Amino acid sequence: MAQVHLRDVVKKYGSLQVVHGINLEIEDNEFVVLVGPSGCGKSTTLRMIAGLEAISGGEVTIGDRVVNDLPPRHRNISMVFQNYALYPHMTVRENLGFSLKIAKQPQATIDKVVDEAAQILSLSEYMDRKPGALSGGQRQRVAMGRAIVRHPEVFLFDEPLSNLDAKLRTQMRTEIKKLHQKVKSTIVYVTHDQVEAMTLADRIVIMRDGHIEQVGSPLEVFETPANTFVATFIGSPPMNLLAGQITGGQIAIDGGPKITVPDQFAGKVAEGQKVELGFRADNLMPKGYAMPMEGGFTEFEMTVNLSEPLGTETLLFSSLAGKEIQAKMLNPRPVADGERLPFQLDLTRCHLFDADSQQSLR
Amino acid sequence: MNENLQHRIRARILKLLHFVTLFIAMAIICVPGLWVVLNSFRPTVEIMAKPPVWIPGDLNLDNYRAMFGAAGEGGVPVVQYFTNSLIISVTSTLIAILVGMAGGYAFARYRFKGKASIFIGLMLTRAVPGVSLSLPLFIVMAKTGLIDTHLGLILVYVALNVPFTIWLIDGFFRQVPVDLAEAAEIDGCTRWQAFWKVEFPVARAGVASAGIFAFLTSWNEYALASQLTRSTFSKTMPVGLRDFTSEFTINWGGMCALAVLMIIPALILTFLVQKHLIAGLTFGGVKG
Repeated sequence: MAQVHLRDVVKKYGSLQVVHGINLEIEDNEFVVLVGPSGCGKSTTLRMIAGLEAISGGEVTIGDRVVNDLPPRHRNISMVFQNYALYPHMTVRENLGFSLKIAKQPQATIDKVVDEAAQILSLSEYMDRKPGALSGGQRQRVAMGRAIVRHPEVFLFDEPLSNLDAKLRTQMRTEIKKLHQKVKSTIVYVTHDQVEAMTLADRIVIMRDGHIEQVGSPLEVFETPANTFVATFIGSPPMNLLAGQITGGQIAIDGGPKITVPDQFAGKVAEGQKVELGFRADNLMPKGYAMPMEGGFTEFEMTVNLSEPLGTETLLFSSLAGKEIQAKMLNPRPVADGERLPFQLDLTRCHLFDADSQQSLR
Repeated sequence: MNENLQHRIRARILKLLHFVTLFIAMAIICVPGLWVVLNSFRPTVEIMAKPPVWIPGDLNLDNYRAMFGAAGEGGVPVVQYFTNSLIISVTSTLIAILVGMAGGYAFARYRFKGKASIFIGLMLTRAVPGVSLSLPLFIVMAKTGLIDTHLGLILVYVALNVPFTIWLIDGFFRQVPVDLAEAAEIDGCTRWQAFWKVEFPVARAGVASAGIFAFLTSWNEYALASQLTRSTFSKTMPVGLRDFTSEFTINWGGMCALAVLMIIPALILTFLVQKHLIAGLTFGGVKG
């Protein structure tokens, strides 16, 4: 078991720099998820930890060893690939035991460890099949099994669930979480799916364009996003953002209503400052179909353009100040398109960002 | 109802037409081969008969007996020719495969300067008709003393086959996902082990087919071999066929008998390796 430290890690392809000096300390036994849109450098970062990609600058340590120039086989890591990367010419048993065989372990040990892993992942019935004869979920489990038989210091997962269908993905997500509880080790997990990130991670690292935007626990990044990017990336549906200006102690939404500056931001804004007001659909609800608002709230009317019933709640799409705004309706009744409703916005749950720097004013 | 019947009848007729067309095509392809085998078992009179005798009346092994017989009685050094062919084809194929694997892998996996032009250059060498090289090759071989040796022909066949094996093997390695080698490296392999234990077995079908093609090319090649071999010690079987022509006559029966002997090893090899060709690439290891 080991911690992983990245110090000013840089990746360049020729003159193109894709990772810009990132710093990250991953603790022993911690489950860290790197998340971000495609091309944000998260996979590259993972591959640098794995040793599959050369490190152009900075330092990577696993445990107390600097591993910058060590080949993957000397880093004591395991990796699960997006497309599984099972060896197609070997049976499941051979796939699982391959690393031990390469390490010249005695056959008896290999059999024991492989059977154990098969048990954990309920693969025992498929041991003599080749990967071609397995379903997607089974292949995924073999890939995980191949990773755990080595008892590595660090597990690396590169979008392991993105090739599975939605139902299986949810199921495997739980299995990965259980696996982490069972085999207790450091895990670095890359995904572009924020739900996976939220559900699995001890800590989430949100990346964009080769920079780290925010590091924090799932709730931290959800409740106190550091900037508009994190605010819109984490959470579904994405956070609503409205541009405005501070005038007379209020936020004047461009072309929209005036809204009181939420208490938590009082004194942090200056008169005339351009800001972006952010709030989630969960905090904007039609009057009478809303959670009780305990702190300050504000009310305004909007026309509903479209509604998406989800059962226990309905997602409402309206527009305010020329921007599409999503709201939620609890204990819903059918809503006709074009219907005008009064909405309540929970101010205690609002966010304010500086319009220029896009950083939170919290 | 009526319409359904019509369509069913039409489908039946189409199917029948398919079979008939296929049969005719196969017959056209197979008849020359059958004719060679048939002729090797019958006397010259029947071979030369006009109109042709389709149903053989007199089958015997005379042609084979004569071929293996003494030199004066129509015999040719079959065993020596066979050995020559085997040594030359097997050696040149092995070399072509090794070079092809190294080259094909490099083209499939690595980026390097001038990659595209080198590749096109290699393919262009295939555009030169082999026969046009025979005179220059003859002169070079004569000067270097390689004429009438196994080594000389082996070199020529390696040169002929390498562009092709590189091209074919490159294609197969391209289909092997890079992830497999990376997974192997993480599992503790060196780069070298990752190649031999994972990438090579997965691309084996490609290497096998390249091997067959290279072998058949060397085994059947006639034009260059007829220029570069002089004596019994280096003549290959296709060149040996010429032993059956003399100033005024051609011993068709004997020639066909030797041709049959030539075909047999090629057939056996193809059958042995075809399992790999058909088994092909099973890419279950990767999401496909």
